[in-house]
Amino acid sequence: MEWLERNVPKMVLAPSFVAIMIFVYGFIAWTAWISFTKSRLMPKYDLDGIGQYNRLFAAPRWDVAMNNLFIFGGLFIVISMIIGLALAIFLDQKIRAEGVLRTIYLYPMALSLIVTGTAWKWILNPGLGIQETVRGWGFESFTFDWIIRPEMAIYTIVLAAVWQASGFVMALFLAGLRSVDGEIIRAAQVDGIPTHRIYSAIIIPTMAPIFLSAFIVLAHLAIKAFDLVIALTGGGPGYATDLPATYMYAMAFSRGDLGQAASSAMIMMMVIFAIVVPYLYSELRPRRDQ
Amino acid sequence: MNIKSVLAASTAVMLAGPVMAEPTVEVLHWWTSGSEAQSVAVLQEQFKAEGGTWTDMPVAGGGGDAAMTALRARVLSGNAPTAVQLKGPAIQEWYEETGLADISAVAEENNWADVLPAQIAEHMKCEGQWCAAPVNVHRVNWLWGNKQILDDNGIEMPTTWDEFNAAAEKLQAAGITPLAHGGQSWQDATIFETVVLGLGGPEFFQKALIDLDPEALNSDTMKQVFDEMRIIRGYVDDNFSGRDWNLATAMVMNGEAAFQIMGDWAKGEFLAAGKEPGTDFVCAQTPGTGFLYNVDSFAFFELDGEEKQQGQALLAKLIMGPEFQKTFNLNKGSIPARTDIALDDFDSCAVESNKAMTAGAQNGSLLPSFAHGMALRGAQAGAITDVVTAHFNSDMSSDDAVQQLVDAVANSM
Repeated sequence: MEWLERNVPKMVLAPSFVAIMIFVYGFIAWTAWISFTKSRLMPKYDLDGIGQYNRLFAAPRWDVAMNNLFIFGGLFIVISMIIGLALAIFLDQKIRAEGVLRTIYLYPMALSLIVTGTAWKWILNPGLGIQETVRGWGFESFTFDWIIRPEMAIYTIVLAAVWQASGFVMALFLAGLRSVDGEIIRAAQVDGIPTHRIYSAIIIPTMAPIFLSAFIVLAHLAIKAFDLVIALTGGGPGYATDLPATYMYAMAFSRGDLGQAASSAMIMMMVIFAIVVPYLYSELRPRRDQ
Repeated sequence: MNIKSVLAASTAVMLAGPVMAEPTVEVLHWWTSGSEAQSVAVLQEQFKAEGGTWTDMPVAGGGGDAAMTALRARVLSGNAPTAVQLKGPAIQEWYEETGLADISAVAEENNWADVLPAQIAEHMKCEGQWCAAPVNVHRVNWLWGNKQILDDNGIEMPTTWDEFNAAAEKLQAAGITPLAHGGQSWQDATIFETVVLGLGGPEFFQKALIDLDPEALNSDTMKQVFDEMRIIRGYVDDNFSGRDWNLATAMVMNGEAAFQIMGDWAKGEFLAAGKEPGTDFVCAQTPGTGFLYNVDSFAFFELDGEEKQQGQALLAKLIMGPEFQKTFNLNKGSIPARTDIALDDFDSCAVESNKAMTAGAQNGSLLPSFAHGMALRGAQAGAITDVVTAHFNSDMSSDDAVQQLVDAVANSM
């Protein structure tokens, strides 16, 4: 009986543990192996050193993809957090119809990124969308053609992604705001501290863990961003809005270049590790102050 | 007993009449759109009429990318389909990776070598043996024009790129978009290869885009090609980014643009809209001479089982049969790969295409299209396409583009 009690949890967890070992870590190891081979159309298993990585770093298209990841990731995370926080603070003012407004802001998150991308593609198309509409109002020289300009197109992806994710970040922050101890706030109000000081000195600092969670969620959304790019720009104009994920897809599935795809996947994974490992470390270490 | 003799024997048995095993095939293809699906259905019926069992495995999406992914999964799991839609150097690449079935017995019996242009026949062979059967020949270097617009502005179909530029300037001055184009990388690559052919000639095309000769890639001619690409960039409208090719064709149809450079699948769009060649739209080869082909074909995997091998032999025979070649290509807008088929039912553009193919086969200007995966393997073709589309969609100088082209090709090896 006692043996059972001790071992049932392990037995229950074992299948999923095995599945994760094979289907996540096993395949990561497989991809790593392939990235050191000369695989093209089909996987080959003879090791060939770091040739694929040399090819990867020599490809201008990969440079563009990595630059885009940093531009897109940085702006997407920062802007989504700022807008999300602002919306959360405004909604937190005990306003009327808060439930309705909250739902409206959250709705974009319910859409598939493909839908978001397609809708924004039409909105941003200079011949159909905003530019044409404003010109129709009589402002003949109005120009908003970012989506067809290679150096600006990546910002249209930021725009659509921020629109999609801000409401979600708002919900996260709203929950955080609500979890701050009301006693402290009331005490501060009694002491006559102005509202903006209450937010900047008391509420926001106590919400630090929420910021971290929001950052992690947004960062991994940014790194794996794929469908939005495919729907909005298709990686174009040219390959100006390529991201590492779309690069990997092109290599693996359109070009029969599995080695390149594997090496780019490994680099993507390292970027994610660079973000997630410090987070896990900070979450899992024993807290000395408690 | 080797496979060749099995095949020869099974073919002989089939022709003799009483068939022991029923020929079966499983066909992996990506012909899922209206006219294409109809064309496959024709083949399917013929196959069944000969007493075979046909298992259809259509995989839609991505211009064949999805089908290729499915194929890879099937081959890796040791369950290769009997017949697969494959084309160009991918046939030889698969042959090297996994081996393909030898269908020489069928080919020799039906004299394929005599009825196919030599250049196209070469694509169907793996180390000297026949391993694939061609279905059709698309010509890529077509220039389509709106007859009304051209007549109104007194413009003839251009025969040199200078004439094309002059015509485009004239149209632009009249407030008409000269060139309908979709900013997708393969469409940029399609224009690029027609310019390479037009400015450099067939010999230069062969050296640069098939042999990947660094000298040709780094030449002044290549610089001129990129200069012309920059000029052409000025002739497309502002909204071209990401536009599908058929929408660009519609622009020519509706008089929103004068020209389009696109393979003869564009003709299918014109015909489907009830337009007549010669009265509503005109077709001409892109400035320069030569014939860039895009040939669809089926390859056969090496499999055990007599009924499967019989199925492969029967399918190969039917694909190259005059009846199917005619019906299929009438539907699809391309021309038969066989040169001995009467073209009475085909339209004037197809007849002209066939003439150019025959002439090209003799004078060496019948060349594989690089933009459509006929000339190069995926990695090299992709590397060139990347440079072409990056140059077309930015303000990169021709010198930089040539340098990048040389580097990208070297890096893709």
